[in-house]
Amino acid sequence: MSDEFSGRSAITGIGQTEYTRDSGKSVAHLAAESCANAVADAGVDPVEVDGIVTFGVNDTVFPRAVATQLGMTELGFQQYIHGGGESSVMSIGLAGMAVATGMARHVLVFRALNGRSGHRLGGSDAEQALSEGHDDEQFTLPAGLISPAQRMALAAKRHMIRYGTTTRDYAAVAVTFREHAQLNDRALMRKPMTIEDHQASRMIVDPFRLFDICQENDGACAVLVSRADEASSLRHAPVFVLAAGQASRPRPGYAWEFYTSEDDIADDYSGVLAPQLWKQARLGPDDVDVVSLYDCFTAAVISQLEGFGFAPRGEGGAFVSDGGIRRDGAKPVNTQGGMLSEAYIHGINGVLELVRQLRGDAGERQVPGASVGLASGFANTTGCGLVVGR
Amino acid sequence: MSAEPGSTFQSLPVPDADTAPFWEACAEGQLVFQRCAGCGTLRFPPAPVCHRCRSWEYAWEPQDGRGQVYSWVVVEHPIPPSIADEVPYVSALVELDCGVRMPARLVDVGADDMTAGMAVSVRFLHTAPGVALPVFAPDGHQAAPQAPPTGDR
Repeated sequence: MSDEFSGRSAITGIGQTEYTRDSGKSVAHLAAESCANAVADAGVDPVEVDGIVTFGVNDTVFPRAVATQLGMTELGFQQYIHGGGESSVMSIGLAGMAVATGMARHVLVFRALNGRSGHRLGGSDAEQALSEGHDDEQFTLPAGLISPAQRMALAAKRHMIRYGTTTRDYAAVAVTFREHAQLNDRALMRKPMTIEDHQASRMIVDPFRLFDICQENDGACAVLVSRADEASSLRHAPVFVLAAGQASRPRPGYAWEFYTSEDDIADDYSGVLAPQLWKQARLGPDDVDVVSLYDCFTAAVISQLEGFGFAPRGEGGAFVSDGGIRRDGAKPVNTQGGMLSEAYIHGINGVLELVRQLRGDAGERQVPGASVGLASGFANTTGCGLVVGR
Repeated sequence: MSAEPGSTFQSLPVPDADTAPFWEACAEGQLVFQRCAGCGTLRFPPAPVCHRCRSWEYAWEPQDGRGQVYSWVVVEHPIPPSIADEVPYVSALVELDCGVRMPARLVDVGADDMTAGMAVSVRFLHTAPGVALPVFAPDGHQAAPQAPPTGDR
C-alpha cells in the first residue's frame, strides 16, 4: 500500500496573499493570486500545471475558474472538496495521489476565502440559518448548538471531565502560539498574551474563551504538488509527501454532530489516523521535527498531541503547560503562530510554514535541522494528516 | 411548556422522510427511537438503515427519556446577537439509559449547578403549533458514577 504513494510527489511551490480582515478583493482574486505565487515560486509555467484542487464550505471559488484565469490550458484533474478541517490537508494528499499515479504532472492546491469580510463560519451571520434546521441541523440548532465553537466545546468538555484538562492548559496553547507569532510579520494577532490575559478574556461558550477560538480573516494559500522525479529540477529543494490520510472514530457523524459517535468523544480522530501515517511514511512520532496542528480551538491542539503520540493520553494539557510545543521545546508546533495567531486559512497556512521550515527558509523561526514535518486537519471525530520530509 | 418569541427554541426542525415520525412523536410528548428489526439495536439520529447489521426494517419504540449528562457547555455569547436575552443557556449531550446519545437544551438548572453524570429526563417544549422540542431537566438526584470508558486508542 504505502509504496504506491510515499515519496512519489513533492511540494515544489508555495504561495499566498496578505492575510487581512478585509481584503477588498474577490475570493477569485485571492485564489488566483496565491496560485500564481505558488507556480512562480516553483519556477513552473502555468501551462504545465494540469491539475487543480480546492476545498471549502461554499465560500471559495471553483478551481477551474482559477485555472482559466491563470492560463492553464492543459487542465485535467480538478476537484472541489466540500469540507473544512476533515479534508483540509487531504486536499494536498489528493493532489499527491494524482501525480503519483501519473494522472497529472503538477497540481495546484489552494484555499481562498473572505472569511472575515464575507461569509463567517463562526456563525455571526446565523440569523437566517437559525430559523430552520435542515438535515442534521434539525437536531443541533434546536439544542442551541449553532456555531462550530459551541459544538466543539462539548467534546473539549469531555476531555476535561475524563482527563482533568484545564482552561489554563488551553491558555498555554494560546500563549505559546502568540509568542511564535511575534517572529512572523504575516501574523494578524501579535499583541503579547499572558496566561492571565487568556483567563481574563471573555467567555464565549464555557469552557471556551475568546482566546481559545481561532480568528476569522480574509486570504488565500496555495501549494504546487509535483511528480517527485520532476521536482528536483525546480527552483527549491523538494519537500516530499511521505504520507497522507484521513480517519474517523467509529460513526463520526457530520463535521461537528458527533453525538453519533459510539466512542468517548474526548479522544479525537488523530489516534486512529496516526498509525496509518507512520506506516506509510516509515517513521514514528519521535522522528517528526516540526508540526502544524489544526488549531481551530486551543483544545484541539491538546487532543491531537495525544492522538499523534507526542504526549501520553490525557497528558496533552500538561505537555503544553510544561513548554513542550514551544519553538525550542520537545515538539515545536505552529511555529508561525497557527490559526490562532497567524491566520485562519483552514490549515494550509500551516503547511506553508512546514515547507519553509523544511527548506531552511523560516528565518528567526527556524527549527534547526528540521527535515520531517506533520500537518493536520481537525473536525473532532474525523480529520486528516500529511507527513512531509526532505 | 411554551417558548418565548425570538429564542433559539424558535429553531424549527425541518422534518424529512426519515425524521418525521420522531418529530410527530415529540409533538405528542413522546420520545421515540428506531429499534432495528434485524439486530435489536436502538439508534439516533433517525436513519433508514441499521449501522450495525444493515437491516432496512425497524419499528419506532417509545422511550422513557431518562439519562445522564455526558457533557455540557454554557453558551454565554449569543449567536446570533438577536438571542441575547437567552444567554446564558446550557446545551448538553445526554446519554440516555437506553444507550443513545442526543444533544438538547437543559432547563430548570443553573449553569453553576451542572455536574457530569447528572440524572436528567426529557420534557417537551412546545414552540409552534404541532411542534415540540425535546429538552432535559434534572431528576433531582445524582446518578451512579459512569464506568470509565474502555477501548482507548
